[in-house]
Amino acid sequence: MAQPTTLQHPAASATQDAPRTGNWDGGNEPFKASYGKLMMWFFLLSDAFTFAAFLTTYGMIRHKHEVFTGDAKDFVFSTRWWPIPDHVFNAFPGMGEANVPLGFVALMTMILILSSVTMVLAVEAGHRMDKADVQKWLLWTILFGATFLASQAWEWTHFINGHAEPTIMADGTKFYGANLSMNQYGPVLFADLFFFITGFHGTHVFSGVCLLVWCFIATTNGTFEKRGHYEMIEKIGLYWHFVDLVWVFVFTFFYLV
Amino acid sequence: MASHATTEHTLAPGEIAKPNTGWIWKTFGVLVLITAVEFAITFALEGEHFKTFRNSILIGLTILKAFFIVGEFMHLKHETKGLIWTILIPVALLVWLLVALVTEGSFIGEVLQNMFK
Repeated sequence: MAQPTTLQHPAASATQDAPRTGNWDGGNEPFKASYGKLMMWFFLLSDAFTFAAFLTTYGMIRHKHEVFTGDAKDFVFSTRWWPIPDHVFNAFPGMGEANVPLGFVALMTMILILSSVTMVLAVEAGHRMDKADVQKWLLWTILFGATFLASQAWEWTHFINGHAEPTIMADGTKFYGANLSMNQYGPVLFADLFFFITGFHGTHVFSGVCLLVWCFIATTNGTFEKRGHYEMIEKIGLYWHFVDLVWVFVFTFFYLV
Repeated sequence: MASHATTEHTLAPGEIAKPNTGWIWKTFGVLVLITAVEFAITFALEGEHFKTFRNSILIGLTILKAFFIVGEFMHLKHETKGLIWTILIPVALLVWLLVALVTEGSFIGEVLQNMFK
């Protein structure tokens, strides 16, 4: 007869308080990672599916369109072919119509990578239970994150308002900038994909900044200090690095390639 | 949790350990360097002639950057093998999907452009 494992025989009551340490008795950490961190990894994996869907759509639609086959200097915007990104994204705040191909995007990339660094520094400070350092690096991360969002707002404004040189439509009217159904840069889907991909990424950055602000308040209140560990900073950190990682791919596939 | 090597000395109550941030700044340096190289290649190899060559270098460098961000900053390199594979295998399948659909896109484009020729 099988032995019941959950019921205790009265005679065994002397050992009743001894903790059980079998595989299924709880208290285990699969992959030696805590529950919260493991779930954050799985969430990020599912989020990677969403972003991969976006980038795959971008790749497929882009390859479906014609490419411009002349010299890059002779390139003009046309709905016939996919635009060359460094002709679209060539403006820099405060420099008017000066041609700075991809300059501002490069700066935004640097800002986001830097915010990732300050985030690791916050996590590292958390390991040492150094409250003041955690606060300092969290504030830097929030600052860089907010700067990135502001830069993206500028980038969108410029993209929507358009370049100084308009596109002349078939009926002779001039068209500046972009919206979801029309744009001066190329095929309709180019602007749509720009709005959806960078917009979805920007939303992630925004949620990240909100979470970081909450983390900062909790650190200041001593919540993590009382808890005895700063694991929450690590989990939010994983999310933040993922957002940086997505940008690395958006940067390559949308702007460089 | 697997962690980076820290100095093994017992701390007095209330004392805070010295920061160990060398590896963080080193990784940052590598990331900045790769981004700068990517940027240079984008403009140095412009034109139809280099397109495939240039794009494969750019994608390779992007994956290298991803390796440093995920491996060091997200600490995946120092986690258990099981966790590493749990993340990597689904991502590899995603890459397959990406390559397949981009190829499909080229084919659809070719069909559409030659439809009335």
